[in-house]
Amino acid sequence: MSAHEDLNSQNDNNGEDMTIANAQPSHAAPKSLSEVSANRLKDRTPGNAPLGTGLEARNIHAWFSKHLAVQDISLDFAAGTVTALIGPSGCGKSTFIRTLNRMHEFIPGAAMAGEVLLNGKDIYERGTDVTKIRLQIGMVFQKPNPFPSMTIGENVLSGLKLAQLKVTNKDDLMEECLERAGLWNEVKDRLGAHAGGLSGGQQQRLCIARSLAVNPKVLLMDEPCSALDPGSTLRIEETIGELAKSMTIIIVTHNMQQAARVSDYTAFFLSDGGPGKLIEVGPTNEIFSTPRDQRTENYVSGRFG
Amino acid sequence: MSTTVHTTVAPREISTRPRPSDRLFRAILNVMSYSSLLILTLIGTFLIFRGFETFRDQGFKFITGFEWTSNVVDGVEKGTFGIGAMIIGTLLIAFTAIAIGVPISAMTALYLNFYAPAKAKALLTTILDLMAAFPSILFGLWGYFVLAPMAEYWAKLLYKYFRWIPIFDAPQPAFARSPFIAALVLTVMIIPIVTSVSREVFSQAPLDRIQAAYALGATKWAMIRTVVIPFGASGVVGGAMLGLGRAMGETVAIYMVLNIAFINNLHILYGVGGNVASMIVQKWGESGLVESKALLAAGFVLFMLTLIVNSIANLIVRYAVKSGK
Repeated sequence: MSAHEDLNSQNDNNGEDMTIANAQPSHAAPKSLSEVSANRLKDRTPGNAPLGTGLEARNIHAWFSKHLAVQDISLDFAAGTVTALIGPSGCGKSTFIRTLNRMHEFIPGAAMAGEVLLNGKDIYERGTDVTKIRLQIGMVFQKPNPFPSMTIGENVLSGLKLAQLKVTNKDDLMEECLERAGLWNEVKDRLGAHAGGLSGGQQQRLCIARSLAVNPKVLLMDEPCSALDPGSTLRIEETIGELAKSMTIIIVTHNMQQAARVSDYTAFFLSDGGPGKLIEVGPTNEIFSTPRDQRTENYVSGRFG
Repeated sequence: MSTTVHTTVAPREISTRPRPSDRLFRAILNVMSYSSLLILTLIGTFLIFRGFETFRDQGFKFITGFEWTSNVVDGVEKGTFGIGAMIIGTLLIAFTAIAIGVPISAMTALYLNFYAPAKAKALLTTILDLMAAFPSILFGLWGYFVLAPMAEYWAKLLYKYFRWIPIFDAPQPAFARSPFIAALVLTVMIIPIVTSVSREVFSQAPLDRIQAAYALGATKWAMIRTVVIPFGASGVVGGAMLGLGRAMGETVAIYMVLNIAFINNLHILYGVGGNVASMIVQKWGESGLVESKALLAAGFVLFMLTLIVNSIANLIVRYAVKSGK
């Protein structure tokens, strides 16, 4: 029995939801990225896996006032995997990812339907403290946005201050976060300098380090490299690879090479003029080699979008 | 890092030939823009021209003295004029009003931008705009009849419990028509402008930083403290300066609530105060020729005082406020 079949049997109770588990592999790739991820997925049992059970989005709809931007998207993000969301502009990727840590609701008139389960618990449940949710589901934005009035070191620890968390050894935490974000060696001699003096790529890695300081289980990345040069992009991709060992990562990207380089799974979103929908999701190598849907094939082969 | 390379090439002159319509428009704009500077200069010149006899006769005592007497001896008008108490009073009242009004305004602005429901926001904004346009005589009447009796009671409480703080002490327990009451009336008058300016700068706090704070698990208050206040602080100070300008020049409202006397008094609760502008109004109707010149000289001092305070404030905004921009 292959890993993929095993997955399917495990997730049969999910009904007809288009989940990662429903992806039908058309051929068995020997020791591919997808197989590695699938093995991780196989071992996952709700509640006692060391990384938690990841994140599950169920029937997500999102509106801007009356305009339906995202329609009925269900996706499972297994713990310790990297999932790339790809698709042309305006297909609802960013809107969808922002429903996953409740950033969508900041936009006036925004509304959503569906459930987002973190460790099996709906983050939109009544009586939930949204700030606690965002501590567990961090986010890195398209444009690097360090706090310019703070130093590099203060930026890394700003999440602790904002959430009023106490740590015993701030210096160790600061070093650990900068190390994990791949920035330590470049800034260790100028932690007291203002963050505005860093290059764009360094600022973005600082933002990653900042989001790591509150120890999130899931990290959402909304086109984190779109404003950066190729060298900085490469550094951030390496960082993502390191981080995936200890957390679940969901990354929106317009760069299909990037999706292929960093992700275990890829989900393809598309809007046919109406709301954005999930067309296909599966192990990244399969999405790029043998997609099942013609529209996915057209997009990944560069025929449109 | 750039290195300097020496070359013999001189930079070319960069020029363009504007069209006549552009030249005309530019000329009109120039005239309009510099007219306010011209008017201000003319006012200053007029005041110093009419008041210079007083400066000559009274000397430096005009600014440092605390006596204002005028009498006619053998058909010759003579007087001793010193507006020290008025200058001290003006600054005392204005800064007290700023100290009370700016925190209220800044918090109102934060509420309007980040907490108020849409309808409350629209209502409050309209009311604040209305307050800004409200005639100051009405504030004066309200201050005299409504606020002053209440404020007198507050003053008694402050005196009773906080007189160990020098500014709340008083030589005698006489609290009617005090600088404190004048400052409260002024506070109400400066709140609209300071709130309006603060609201404007707070609303420009960059969205990406606000989102960054929220995405890190910040509460709304933590986000405001970390992002909005560092960004808007200099703007609030700027708004306070506009308020200060209004506070120092306010005449009629203070005239109605303040007991103007030429006595050096730094106790805000004590019912004796000074204010240059209100003093001019008070004395103007009954003044003789020499005294009226002294009043114009006082006007010039007020003019300079406003300029100096505003310049100092601008320097503070530029150098002292840690900018979050």
